[in-house]
Amino acid sequence: MSMVNTSFALAGVEFKNRVLVASGTFGYGDECLDLVDVNTLGGIITKSLSLNPRDGNPPVRIVETPCGMLNSIGLANIGVDKFVSEKLPFLRTVDTVVIANIAASTIDEYCEVLAILESHDGVDGYEINVSCPNVKDGGLSFGTNLDLTQEITRRLRSMTRRPLIIKLTPNVAYISEFARAVEDAGADAVSVINTIIGMAVDVKQRKALLPTVTGGLSGPAIKPVALAKVYEASRAVKIPVLGIGGIMTTEDAIEFLMVGAAAVQVGTANFIDPGAGTKIAHGIRRFCEDQHLEDVGSLVGCLEAEVDASVLHSWL
Amino acid sequence: MIQELCGVQEVCEVAESIYVLKFVSEGISKSVCAGQFVNIKTENSFIPLLRRPFSVYRTEGESVEIIFNVIGRGSAALQRKRAGEMLDVLGPLGSPFTIHRSDFETAVLVGGGLGVAPLPILTQFLKRARKDILTILGARTARRLVDTHLEQVHVSTDDGSRGFHGTVVDLAKRLLQNHTVKNPKIFGCGPTPMLRALGVFAIEHDIPSEFSLEGPMGCGVGICQGCPVELVHGDKKYALMCTDGPTFDIHSIRI
Repeated sequence: MSMVNTSFALAGVEFKNRVLVASGTFGYGDECLDLVDVNTLGGIITKSLSLNPRDGNPPVRIVETPCGMLNSIGLANIGVDKFVSEKLPFLRTVDTVVIANIAASTIDEYCEVLAILESHDGVDGYEINVSCPNVKDGGLSFGTNLDLTQEITRRLRSMTRRPLIIKLTPNVAYISEFARAVEDAGADAVSVINTIIGMAVDVKQRKALLPTVTGGLSGPAIKPVALAKVYEASRAVKIPVLGIGGIMTTEDAIEFLMVGAAAVQVGTANFIDPGAGTKIAHGIRRFCEDQHLEDVGSLVGCLEAEVDASVLHSWL
Repeated sequence: MIQELCGVQEVCEVAESIYVLKFVSEGISKSVCAGQFVNIKTENSFIPLLRRPFSVYRTEGESVEIIFNVIGRGSAALQRKRAGEMLDVLGPLGSPFTIHRSDFETAVLVGGGLGVAPLPILTQFLKRARKDILTILGARTARRLVDTHLEQVHVSTDDGSRGFHGTVVDLAKRLLQNHTVKNPKIFGCGPTPMLRALGVFAIEHDIPSEFSLEGPMGCGVGICQGCPVELVHGDKKYALMCTDGPTFDIHSIRI
């Protein structure tokens, strides 16, 4: 029996380990039960939920790129009411933390969705998507505006005691400013990073491969960028940073912990192997056993060779 | 749905640049239904990153076969596989063809090009269900035709090198307008323009039809929402090719 402590707590909620599955990469948690024991995950973050169901964008929604993929899903989801009636009953039965991800096009809409979820059991916390690059209204226009991001956080904070996590976009000059702004507004954690805006071109047709022209880049291609953003954000705030971006292996996840992530989210890897998150959670425990570490938490921010913040900013 | 490392048994070129890969998976072989697919990680690296979906072509005992032509990195990697190598396979996935229904007596299988992919396994299932079968295949040229493991095959080629000189849809129209085909249902698979033409004909003549679609997918299991297929009616605008399909009743989709 392993003696490694893998758990961590966020705003009073206990996670059994530091590996969650990222929003939009694990559906509503009930799609892959044949393949994955979801109870071995630290947590499930749902597909973004909006007030009304959203059809999403027309095809083509996904383009593969070297070591990565561009997506332009357009927040296709069943809407919060159907989530409550059709998905929550299952999610109440799982033995892992359930975080509802919320997307909206106005501040009031974020509040309405959260209010509906707040009135039901089964949701342990919220992750707020202020950074979807693929919808015309809302989405990224919030996430790149410091005042709006802070205002959304403040309003939602006043409505809930459940953990409130803000998912930040890397498509800004200094992600640390956004992390600090939402910390000041009462957020319990930040998720770093959402996808990076990218595009791909069909040279024969002289057209972008995505009908929306640009999409969100994810996968191993973005890991170095994500690590740098987690490093920057985690040095700017005291609240935990959940690291995301191209985590495919145990070693990738440990890199994120070492640069300052308190926990990680596995995203695109789920598309190739829905069991990726559980394998990584297991792998982190094994790594700690091999290194004779008692607590996975001792890896968090353990990176040696600190540089001061002024040097950090001069890189960017 | 299972995910397992499967041993490759063989890769054979069955027609010009068209290959059949055979691997061992008792689990998939015993549970797969006609029209379902497997999602294969073609290389143990991040290029290509995503799995590649392939219709199950045939099963034999504990073996499963897929058919493909080399169009990109993923299929090129598969073509290089040798007996004994391992393949990470997820399947069986998707919704199968509907064959246990009394709304037809003759299954008319129409395959254009590599649209032949799901037809041999469909033939296996239809024979078990004691349905009459008529198969209509089209290819660019005789060298690209794969007509094994099928029943009552009629052939068309674009260049006239074998069988009917013309498209597979034109041949299907000829054969179906001949009223000796009793109570038909069309099972179609092939390039989108072909299916579109076949669909128009089927609807005009009120012939029940189910098509197997092909297109890019992210995950194959419904979690990425990356493979929308436009629906004609209902409260949803899109279905997912991977879980709601790849087989669809032609009245339900816009292609």
